[in-house]
Amino acid sequence: MMAAPVQTQACSSFRRSAGRAQLRGTRTTGRALLTTSSGVTGLDRALGGGLAVGSLLLIEEDQTDSYSRLLLQYFLAEGVVCGHQLYLASARDHPDDIIQNLPLPILDDDVTPKLGEPLPPADAQPPDPMKIAWRYQNFPKVQTEPVSSFRFGHYYDLSKRMDPQLLQATQFHTFYLPEETEERSSSLGPYSGLLQSIQTVIRNEGFDGSSSQGKVRNVLRLGVHSLGSALWGDDVCLSESPAHSHALTTFLYALRALLRSSLSVAVVTVPAHLIQSKSVLGRMVKLSDAVVALESFCSSERETSSVYREYHGLLHIRQVPHLNCLVCEVPDNKDLAFKLKRKQFSIEKLHLPPDLSETVSRVSKSKAEGSSGCGSAPSGHVQLDF
Amino acid sequence: MFPDLNSILNSSPDSFREREFILLSDRQADASFLIHHYLTFYLKARCKVCFLGLVQSFSHYSVVSQRLGVNLTQAKEKGQLVFLEGLKASPGVLLNEDTSDTTHTFDYLRSPCAELRGLFEFVCKSLSQSGDEAGSEPWAPPVLIIDDLSVLLSLGVSAGAILDFTHYCQATICSQLQGSLVALVRCDDEEWDEDEENSSYLLKALTHQCSLSLRVEGLSTGYCRDIHGQVEIWRRGRAEENQRKVFQYKVHDKGASFFAPGTSRAVL
Repeated sequence: MMAAPVQTQACSSFRRSAGRAQLRGTRTTGRALLTTSSGVTGLDRALGGGLAVGSLLLIEEDQTDSYSRLLLQYFLAEGVVCGHQLYLASARDHPDDIIQNLPLPILDDDVTPKLGEPLPPADAQPPDPMKIAWRYQNFPKVQTEPVSSFRFGHYYDLSKRMDPQLLQATQFHTFYLPEETEERSSSLGPYSGLLQSIQTVIRNEGFDGSSSQGKVRNVLRLGVHSLGSALWGDDVCLSESPAHSHALTTFLYALRALLRSSLSVAVVTVPAHLIQSKSVLGRMVKLSDAVVALESFCSSERETSSVYREYHGLLHIRQVPHLNCLVCEVPDNKDLAFKLKRKQFSIEKLHLPPDLSETVSRVSKSKAEGSSGCGSAPSGHVQLDF
Repeated sequence: MFPDLNSILNSSPDSFREREFILLSDRQADASFLIHHYLTFYLKARCKVCFLGLVQSFSHYSVVSQRLGVNLTQAKEKGQLVFLEGLKASPGVLLNEDTSDTTHTFDYLRSPCAELRGLFEFVCKSLSQSGDEAGSEPWAPPVLIIDDLSVLLSLGVSAGAILDFTHYCQATICSQLQGSLVALVRCDDEEWDEDEENSSYLLKALTHQCSLSLRVEGLSTGYCRDIHGQVEIWRRGRAEENQRKVFQYKVHDKGASFFAPGTSRAVL
């Protein structure tokens, strides 16, 4: 497959990067697509290998917006670890608060020092000789300064916050709606300021390939929290026939255009359960590349159901992207459930637990009694169990 | 192009029906693989193609067509393919930056009057020039391929305006220029609201205008890994030709295979 000729200066993210330096935190799949991790390895697997650079992931929020916000934080934390630039837009919580609360990455301590670099100096007092694990005595000590890991996808510890040193080394761009001057255009409605801001960042930082030769190429991660909610100034969540019925879909269309022509990837969370018009939601799904919906069990009758007791919610894959190919990565099955642990947001196939309830033995007992006499009256409650 | 589909429709790059309005539609599935089929089919048939790419970038179609054996970049250079990059130009138009845009091609993005007249003039201009640069022989009848029409509804264009546009295109291309028109419409699962700005309404009206309709749907029994869906093919014609044919399909990396329902290799 030959790479497309480089004629225009606009960089297309779907061109094979033959001969160019590999971008941090990305890998190239077999279909000449540059992909990057979403921060959750289970989600990467479910979406067919990761998020393609230049694509848009839409997350339909759960009712309390707890897990979708968490996914957004994983996405941003992954960007910090990989050294990408981040852009965060929010209308409710201040972006700085979200950024300060990013989880701590769990990095392996098997990063070997580079050649020529002196080993870190030994401690003032020699460590006590190990009695039990004495074979590990001579292994290198844990590196405490921030290192960027080249692994694809990381795990995060939710009980701890991200190291401030790592945060300082990352470049952030934020958009907080109450602090911006309100600009309205008739086709984009309340989202024109956001689109303008995104386009300015992409242009100024050179993500669309228009920058000078000096800058190192990098990926921009865009996160937008709760797009479409009433706090953005849009009434698509409030009425069935909103005033600017096309503002949100036009914004998604323009965002898709900006993403396709630059080295960026976007994750947008949407309060889908509040959007009254289903056709608007259907259009938003078609305008995005990958769409995932979260359904959490808390405050629903499923919380106490024995079937779902091992999980915290269901993950529905509404759409998988197919870019640069005829067919997308078709998943094996679409019944996925998620479970939040301290160090991992695990997404697995929904397994029904074995039926170990008391009724099993009772049924077998009553069956034995009933079969002894054919004319006898039925004994108690015989439960038919198929 | 998919050989299976060619044999079902009795067409090949050497002999195909002219003056056709082919309507591709989907519901709970993705019919864009058929767009790739028709794009490569008409390019192989040496037709002049005008492609309105409103939802994907040029490189996406280029990579897929490469796998199907057609080089889009070369076709564009020779003048056989005119590709409108609707997606790429949209942020500029929406943020009112492109003040030098004297043509009205992207008027559908400028509200309040979202119109498709400019787009129609672009189509006419690109398809009325015939003959390649070498001047050896003119191209075969022109073809317009639109991917896709329902995104215009998301951008605020009314269904009536879209129907006017397709009617004008059909009159110009199919009747005057003896060419063909291929359009894709994507519908939602159910008709949630009964107003006119619905893609199902658009689909019904276009089915009335078209001459060949391919409807792609997901399987009614649910999701399956080996059978991606089913296609219903209907051709307008005389009474004995007027029948529906249903096929199930599976899309591969380099094509798609079509088979009668129930005869998938996974089942037999």
